[in-house]
Formats: sequence, structure tokens, C-alpha cells
Amino acid sequence: MTNVQQFCTFFLQDQFFGVPVQQVQEVIRYQEMTRVPLVPPVIRGLINLRGQIVMAVDLRRRLGMEDRADGELPMNVVVRTDEGAVSFLVDEIGDVLEVEESCFEPPPGNVRGRVRAVILGVHKLSGHLMHVLDVRKACDLTESVDTVPDAE
Amino acid sequence: MSDDEIVKEFLIESHENLDRLDHDLIVLEKDPGSRDTLASIFRTIHTIKGTSGFLAFNQLETLTHAGENLLAKLRDGLLTLTPEITTALLAMLDAVRQMLASIEATGAEGKRNNQELIETLARLLAGMETKSDCEPPKEQPQLDNLSAPAAAANTGDIRIVDVPTRSVDATAEYPRTAEIQIEPCTEIAAGKSVHKHPVYKYEDTQEKPQDAAETLHAQHPAHGQSVSDSTIRVDVGQLDRLMNRVGELVLLRNQIVQYTNSTEDSELLGTSQRLNLLTTELQEGVMKTRMQPIGNIWSKFPRTVRDVALSCGKQARLEMEGKETELDKTIIEAIKDPLTHLVRNAVDHGIEAPAVRRAAGKNLEGCLFLRAFHEGGQVNIEITDDGAGLDYEKIRNKAIQKGLITGDQAARMTEREIANLIFMPGLSTAAKVTNVSGRGVGMDVVKTNIEKIGGTVDVQSKPGLGSTVRMKIPLTLAIIPALIVTTSGDRYAIPQVSLLELVRLEGEQVRNGIELVNGAPVYRLRGRLLPLVYLSRELAAEPSPPNAQPSSTEADTSEEIQSVNIIVLRADDRRFGLVVDEINDTEEIVVKPLSKQLKSIDTYAGATIMGDGKVALILDVLGLAQRANVVGEVRDRAVMEKEGKQKAGAADGSRCNAVLLFQYGESERMAIDLALVARLEEFPSDAVEIAADQKVVQYRGQIMPLIRVSEMLESRHRKAVENAPQSLQVVVYAEKGRSVGLVVDRILDIVEESFVMQRQTGRTGVMGSAVIQKRVTDILDVPGLIAVADHGQLLAGMQG
Repeated sequence: MTNVQQFCTFFLQDQFFGVPVQQVQEVIRYQEMTRVPLVPPVIRGLINLRGQIVMAVDLRRRLGMEDRADGELPMNVVVRTDEGAVSFLVDEIGDVLEVEESCFEPPPGNVRGRVRAVILGVHKLSGHLMHVLDVRKACDLTESVDTVPDAE
Repeated sequence: MSDDEIVKEFLIESHENLDRLDHDLIVLEKDPGSRDTLASIFRTIHTIKGTSGFLAFNQLETLTHAGENLLAKLRDGLLTLTPEITTALLAMLDAVRQMLASIEATGAEGKRNNQELIETLARLLAGMETKSDCEPPKEQPQLDNLSAPAAAANTGDIRIVDVPTRSVDATAEYPRTAEIQIEPCTEIAAGKSVHKHPVYKYEDTQEKPQDAAETLHAQHPAHGQSVSDSTIRVDVGQLDRLMNRVGELVLLRNQIVQYTNSTEDSELLGTSQRLNLLTTELQEGVMKTRMQPIGNIWSKFPRTVRDVALSCGKQARLEMEGKETELDKTIIEAIKDPLTHLVRNAVDHGIEAPAVRRAAGKNLEGCLFLRAFHEGGQVNIEITDDGAGLDYEKIRNKAIQKGLITGDQAARMTEREIANLIFMPGLSTAAKVTNVSGRGVGMDVVKTNIEKIGGTVDVQSKPGLGSTVRMKIPLTLAIIPALIVTTSGDRYAIPQVSLLELVRLEGEQVRNGIELVNGAPVYRLRGRLLPLVYLSRELAAEPSPPNAQPSSTEADTSEEIQSVNIIVLRADDRRFGLVVDEINDTEEIVVKPLSKQLKSIDTYAGATIMGDGKVALILDVLGLAQRANVVGEVRDRAVMEKEGKQKAGAADGSRCNAVLLFQYGESERMAIDLALVARLEEFPSDAVEIAADQKVVQYRGQIMPLIRVSEMLESRHRKAVENAPQSLQVVVYAEKGRSVGLVVDRILDIVEESFVMQRQTGRTGVMGSAVIQKRVTDILDVPGLIAVADHGQLLAGMQG
């Protein structure tokens, strides 16, 4: 039997991403957020997840993409990290996919920009590619603190 | 139970026992004849020895065994305690601690060489034996070799025969003692003797469960009575999780209550009311489980005092009051080191050498007095010594020399301000640096650590008579009262401990009240300049340069704004005014920590969840003040200078007091000491209900009795004005967790003025009068008024 891994998938600006399901706590619809002044813009705010206060990181900003148009509400992918739960704001949620490990490949040399720093690699699926997000790096905001996203 | 768990239990138990031993040994030194204390010490060491034998920690066992032998002689009265023996025993405790720490860290005892210590103990023991040659030996020397396996074999045995006042673990290595000699005050049951005394056997089977429970709960291992069957030991992590859940329940309750308040459904209202009460009780209950008496950390201090005094050739004793005062465990942990430092400092710096004391006509033995008590939702801790007091001149010179203040400023500072300079970094007046104190670090760290948990620290001193360091510490960190404010559409919580007062500028004042000092906004609060910080501006992405003119937009809007809300806050002993858009309410909030990425921003102390389920940030007042540069070095001095001037003016015997002026009756003016005022509230007059023939209102989940000041003070024949206003102005006075509302007719002002009160006893409820704001004003005697108004029911709690 080959090694099969399950991924929770989502979209960001029509690009397809995945996070191993083991790292995902839950997926919830848009939650109202409390703005946190003085923090890097990637942190969109704090949400109340059943009494737990969770920081929401906008993956579009984290990856240096354009902001969502006004009125387009993001979804929350809540992941577990060593520092507690963090919510990733994404455009749309995809299916949970079972993917064979054999179709994984590290990022090719020509992948540039912020995306390269926060993906582990890609899974070659039939018809399209899935970016595998490095949750730990995506939550590490120290390097992105001083860089203002293009959209701002 | 796995081996690891057994070792863990052993470590926990031993640490607790050792802490108590330190204390016991000091007690013993004072009262060498105390058999109770000796028995307790002996028992503890014996338990450690037995268990370490069982767990094969041989070094530990050998060492404790040597100590135990010595203790056995002491207990049996064959040896009297000398300072040398005490020191050796304390050294043994330290060695045991080190080995336990090593076991905790590595699982092994470590490579410590205890030979010298063991020899010292043996020598002290031998010293006794040469003296007592003629006495019948109660112990066979060769038993030393036998004891290890015997103790190990004995560990699992039934050990205690519970006697109401004292019990001593039976020890297999003293079989003869056990069999032959049963002392009148000490019953000894040994494994072997059980067979010979069937009555013990019966007792043993009965005692067994209790004994097991006792081992589980060794922190009170019975100075006699067994408390074991009524207590259990719980993991702190478990309590933390429980506390978290309760915190969430509190938030949920807030949401439900907020929701149901908008419905008419009486059944739902009733149910939510019950939920409300129950949650509060549950919350208090869980908080109580985390409370620990401050005595837990104080118990170490007798030894600290002894060691420090000995090392600097002084004599000191320690007295304590309020050991049972309880604080949250996290707070106990946080104040442990600062307190220890202060105690060491007091002995090292405060108390003089015996010769100096003799010359000053004082008792040779210096006294250090620790006192803890609850007051106004906080815990006060005082450390008083009867030493030389602070040398103001020396502090002043040192501070000038170090460049902390200028000579000019120093000349204007009051003694109290100079005393508090010792909390500034880099200031040490110790003539020589000892290993205890005088390195110029410490007092500032004490202050920082106390302030970190929302406490304050202050020192007062009388030359020649001693000093008192006073700390005020919050009871808990988990749930705090906070003021909720709104700025730029976002809500923020401000911990109430930093809150001094609220000022609202209206109408004309909006335009004229706020002035600029070189562009920095200030407000004249009772004659003193209060630097103003605009929250919206501080939280804007672009930090404004410190001395910037208010931006044009703000200048424009202030024309339209009807009022300005200023929150007067205290940060690091400095005051500043925080300007917010709206002041909402005060609420009990549950403090939730922020994730790591947000912690680096010191403007926030945490976050909380509001009644509507949304998150609000908790502002860190000190961080905010630093960000806004209102507690910076330069201004610090300016303020200090100013305060120095003000207080110097008041130093001529009159008191500089803050009082609240109010009006009662038709035009009578009266003042009340601001320190007695918990809050000012306004209630709609239809909120007043009658209970037990007394007017009351519902206030923060309690029933608060109301006292109409005019009714109480007006002469009996004159009827109070009953024009039934729409709302009641109430001055809330709180004591011992109960509140009383004093209904006044109008709140006039708060003034800070120095005045001399002339006592006057003729009128009930009047303490005296003074000239305030150039008018003769009566000063209200609140407790007196309450005593008169008390009908014995509602206020009963206040008078007790």
C-alpha cells in the first residue's frame, strides 16, 4: 500500500493550497474580527472561537497577494501550532483530498516571492497543482513584520 | 503508579517538608525544649530517608540518616541544640535540596560529595556520646549498617498510629526503643511491635486508609490532628484548565444576560438571573481553590532572616501577622522573590549591628515585622524593621552623584519622595557591598516585578526608628475589573487598578480646557498639569511625533464635539490623561493572554471577550504611557519637581487631602474624604426598592442599602426636601465587600487642598469642619453615619 495523506484544501486568488488535515483544527465561516492596531497588517484581527481568542492571519497578505475586494468575506482555516490556534483567512474552502505521497515535489527553482518561503512543495494532481503550505513558516511573522504588503 | 510517578510524588512531598523544616529548625533554636517540633523534624527527615532508601537514592539516604541520628538524640533529650548543630542540620537540608533538585532534573542524585557534612554530623553526634557514656545506650551504634534495608522494607508498612496530639513514625531501626520504652507523650508502633500488641494491629487496619491519604497530602502532615481525610492534592494544571472553563462560562453568562435583558419573557429572565448568580458563585469557588495563604512563602523567611543576620553579625527576629491572608497561586509565585529580597534587605541594611543598637538604647535583637491583610479588594503586605531607617541625606547625595536627580530638585523633594528613590535603578547606599545586598540592583527589580502584576510598592521611613515597605497586590490576575472605552469604533478595556478618576469636559471647557505646552496637549486638573494622550492617535498606524500639533482633523472635529472624556490613569507613579471617544462601563473581564506574535507589542496586556461575544483588547497602561512618552525621563523629573513643591507646601502640619464636595438639603455643602469613596453612581429613582424597611438598590449583583444624607443630617424637626428627582446621585462607600450608597443631592467637585480639620463631636455623622475653597465645610463621618442609620439588618455585614 502506498502512503496516502489527507489534505484540507483552499483557494487564494485562484491558486490551490493544501494543509495536512492533522494540523487543521476546524474550518469555519467568516467571523467578525477585532482589529489590533499597531501590529503588522498580515494580522487582520482577533476572533472569538468559543471563548478562545485566536489571531487571524490573512494568507493573501502573508503571500504578498492583492487584498480581497470589499464585500468578499474570507473563510477561516484554524490550524494548530505550538503557540496555540491560529486562523488563516482564505478565499474559499476546497474538498478534503487524499493524495499519494509519491506525487509530491519540492518547489521548482523558478518559484519566487513570498510563496516560496512558506510552501513545502507541490503535489502534482491530475489537472492541477496543490501548494502544500508550511504552517509553521506561515505563522512566523517575524520576517514579514517590516515588509508592507503591496496592496497597502 | 509508575516509578516515575512515585519519584515525582516523593519530590513534591519532600520539597514541602523541607520548607517546613527550615521553619521548624528556627523555632527549635528559639525553644530548644520543644518536643513537638523535634518530633516533627525527626519525622520529616525520617520519611525522606525511608523513601529515598526505597527508591535507591543511596547518597540521600546516607546523609539523611546521619542527620536523623543526630535528631534522634535531640529528641530523646540526650543532646541539647547548639547553634553549631542547627547550622549543620540546615546545611544538611541544603544538601538534601540540591540532591532533590538534581533528581528532579536528571533522575539521579548527582555527584555531590557529602562526606564532610556527614562527618560533621557524626562528630556532633559523637560529641554527645562521649558526654553520655554513663547513660544506658538507647541505640545500638551498629544499627547504622542495618538501617538501609530495614528502612526500605519498612516504607510500605503501616507507619502511623494516629494520636490526637502527636505521633511519630515508628522506625524499624530502633526496635529496642519501640519495645522497651514507650514514652508518655510519644507512641511508637513498629512493624515488629505490632505482633506483640494486638491492639495496635486492630488500630492499624483502621488507620490504613487515613495513612494513605496522609501521604498524599503531606503539606499538612498533622501537627497532631489529621486533616488528611478532608483534603486532596490537585494538579495546578487541572485547576488552570478549570479556571479557563469557568472564565468561558462567565463570558457566556454575560452574553446570555445581555440577550435576555432585551426580552420580556419573565421565565427566561428568571432563569438567566439564576444562571447569573450560580456562575458568580462558581467563579468565586474556583478562584478560592487557587488561593494560597501567604504563609506558604513566609515560612521560609525565619531562616532567611537567621542566615542573613548571622552572616552580617546582627541579631534579628521575625514576627508575622496575617499569615493566613490568601492570594492567587500565580501571584504568590510572582511576589516570592521580591519579598525575599526585601526581607534580606531589611536585615542587611535596616537593622543595625548590636553595638549600634545598644548605643541607641534599643533592644539588641532587631525585629522584622511582616504583616499582610486584605483591603479594598487588594492585599497589603508590609515589611517593617525597627532599624536605623533610611538615611535621607545619603540617598539624596547618592542620587545626585549618580545623576538621577539634580541638586535643585533634591532640595525640593519631600522625605517620602527621597525614600522612594531607593526603587530607582542604580541607587545603592550600602557603604560596602555585601553578598546580600548593596549592589544597586534589586530594589528597582522589586518594583518592576510588583508593578508587572498590577501592584504598587512604597517605602516610608523614620530616621532612627526604622522603615516600612508597603506593597499593594491584586488578589488575582485572571478576572479583573476594567473600564470599557470606545475609540475609533473599537472597544478597549483598561484595568481598573490604574484608574484614578474620570473627567468629562463639556461645552465651553471643550474648547478652553485643553491647552498646549509646546504642542503637547495638557489639562489643568485641580491646578496641576495633566499630560493628555489621545488613544486614537497612539493607536494609529503612524506614530505621531511627540510634540506634534494636534492634526487639523482633530482640531476641526473638536469644534463639533460636545464633550471630551479624559481618563486619568496612573503609570509608574505618574499621572496622565487618556482621551477616548466614549466611556462605556466597568465590567469584570476575564484576562486572556495574547499569542506570541502579539506579545511583543507592549501596548496590550491581553484580550478579553465581551458580553456580545466580540474580542476586546486590554490596554497596558504603562506600555501605552511609555509609547506616548508621558513617563519618559525628562518629564519624570518635571513632575517629580512639581509634586515636590506641592507637597512641601503642605508640610506645615496641615493635611493635603482630596475630598469630594457635595450638596445636600437645599444648599448645605459637605465634604467627604475621597479615600472613602468607591464610586459615584447615578440611579433612576424607580430603581429604589424597599427591603427590610430600608431603601435599597440592586448594585453589581448585590443589594445596596441607601442612606439619604440629608435625612440623616437635617435636624429632626425639619423634613427633608422630597421633590423626588428623576435620578439619585449616590456616593458608593464600600467596606468588607459590602457597599452602602449615600444619597446626596448634588455632586459639586473634587478638590485637593491642605486644610486643618477641627474636630467636632456635637453632630451625628459629622467628623468636624474645615475651611475648604475658602468656605467652612463640614466633613462627613461615614462610618458614624452608617452606624446611626443601621437598622441592624442590611448593614450587619459592614459593622462586623
